[in-house]
Amino acid sequence: MKTLVIAEHDNGVLKPETSKTINAAAKLGFPIDVLIAGENLGVLSEEVALINGVASVLVADNAVYAHQLAESMADLVLSLADSYSHIVVSATTTGKNFMPRVAALLDVAQISEIIDVVDAETFKRPIYAGNAIATVKSLDSKKVITVRASSFDLQTEQASAPIKAVNTVSDSALSSFVSDEQTKSERPELTAATVVISGGRGMQNGENFSLLHGIADKLGAAIGASRAAVDAGFVPNDMQVGQTGKIVAPNLYIAVGISGAIQHLAGMKDSKVIVAINKDPDAPIFQVADYGLVADLFDVLPQLEQAL
Amino acid sequence: MKVLVPIKRVIDYNVKARVKSDKTDVDLTNVKMAMNPFCEIAIEEAIRLKEAGTASEVIAVTIGPKASQEQLRTALALGADKAIHIETDEKLESLHIAKLLAKIVEQEAPELVILGKQSIDSDNNQTGQMLAALTKRGQGTFASKVEVVDGKVNVTREVDGGLQTVALSLPAIVTTDLRLNEPRYASLPNIMKAKRKPLEVIAADTLGVDLTARVQLISVEEPAKRTAGIIVEDVAQLVEKLKTEAKVI
Repeated sequence: MKTLVIAEHDNGVLKPETSKTINAAAKLGFPIDVLIAGENLGVLSEEVALINGVASVLVADNAVYAHQLAESMADLVLSLADSYSHIVVSATTTGKNFMPRVAALLDVAQISEIIDVVDAETFKRPIYAGNAIATVKSLDSKKVITVRASSFDLQTEQASAPIKAVNTVSDSALSSFVSDEQTKSERPELTAATVVISGGRGMQNGENFSLLHGIADKLGAAIGASRAAVDAGFVPNDMQVGQTGKIVAPNLYIAVGISGAIQHLAGMKDSKVIVAINKDPDAPIFQVADYGLVADLFDVLPQLEQAL
Repeated sequence: MKVLVPIKRVIDYNVKARVKSDKTDVDLTNVKMAMNPFCEIAIEEAIRLKEAGTASEVIAVTIGPKASQEQLRTALALGADKAIHIETDEKLESLHIAKLLAKIVEQEAPELVILGKQSIDSDNNQTGQMLAALTKRGQGTFASKVEVVDGKVNVTREVDGGLQTVALSLPAIVTTDLRLNEPRYASLPNIMKAKRKPLEVIAADTLGVDLTARVQLISVEEPAKRTAGIIVEDVAQLVEKLKTEAKVI
């Protein structure tokens, strides 16, 4: 029994989800190899080798994997699958994209977005937008799993594990990369931030999101948004917190002008402390908030920035 | 070209799911059901491709109990040309669904299959990718833009850092994200017309797919409850509480 974890990285930066996913995989109790696929992976593979619990790092360094397209990634993982009983990746858009393809090619079911490991074949995962937690047992010989990284802590460091090259090259004719459009931000990444401040429909327009900037700077916070704010075009979609956006679990989550629809709560209700600022005292967000302030956000936000 | 759109009947997205007292599953008796929101977007996109002259025929397909035909009729009222109901009362997993859909893909040979990215009940986000693997087609998941050009389909995908565009050779599989389009409403005349459109029923067990469970549902529980905290008077009190009581800033 051995576990293969596929590392999550982006533009030369190792994502914190990798370390959290390795922590989740460690709970299975088997030796862990980590596969990292992409281009120019020298420094990144050394970083992976330092994560506690990693037995060895497998590096597939080739231009073919530069954008981690599902078709090539699935073939690559499949070529290594024989040696492993568990194949695990974080439930980021990259992991969600290629992993079910791997599962189908192996003819096994996938267990999506686990939040807890009960034993090597039994897992807990949220269903119905987090309104229920299912405990499921995989009956397949091989377990293919995606992990909700926000439910696990970062792994500690260890002495460097050995690094091996993987020379499989799978260049699929089925798809090709055309372009990327990255959203630039100086702030911490949403899923990794310890403080998140999010705006909703109550912000009224995109310009008003600047009211959150000063507060975010003082708290070292990432800025998020509800689906309503994204759908109204106030902010780009990669800021969306919710069932269909990003799942966050920071120490402090400040919801500003957000009513608290099921779909939004599914993305943030595991935050340690929740603060809600809303002028509607009946907004459902107050039912989950540790501290609520019933007030007009346009009065309160400048005061909050001053007070910090 | 022919477009196939698999859809799913699920709990209405406004309804808060309740767990059964014996913890065996979520209670769906007398709960309002509807078409999965991501599937509505998939249907809308297929209809738009037809209106643009790109698609010649739109086929909606669903897998589930007899009641799922309501959602197929909705799809027909929105503009699908015909519907296929794969009837089963079994609770199927994504892999089973993907295998059954692969049979329909084989039978109908659509150049494009558009699915929702996930259903809002099981939240798996698997079926489209699995279908792509089983039919050996390229996949464009989480699509916010779909353009068919010169035997290829360009799909702009919503990814964690922003957007990514990929080109897929046809035939291909696409799964929809919320921002792909704004689904239309069915008009009453179209709902009436939909009653006369063809709806083929196929029993799931005649398709030669092994539907043995791969995942055992052991229990379903309510998540840990968060309780309402306190309402503070003003910003000064809020900051004071966060500093001294919650100690998070």
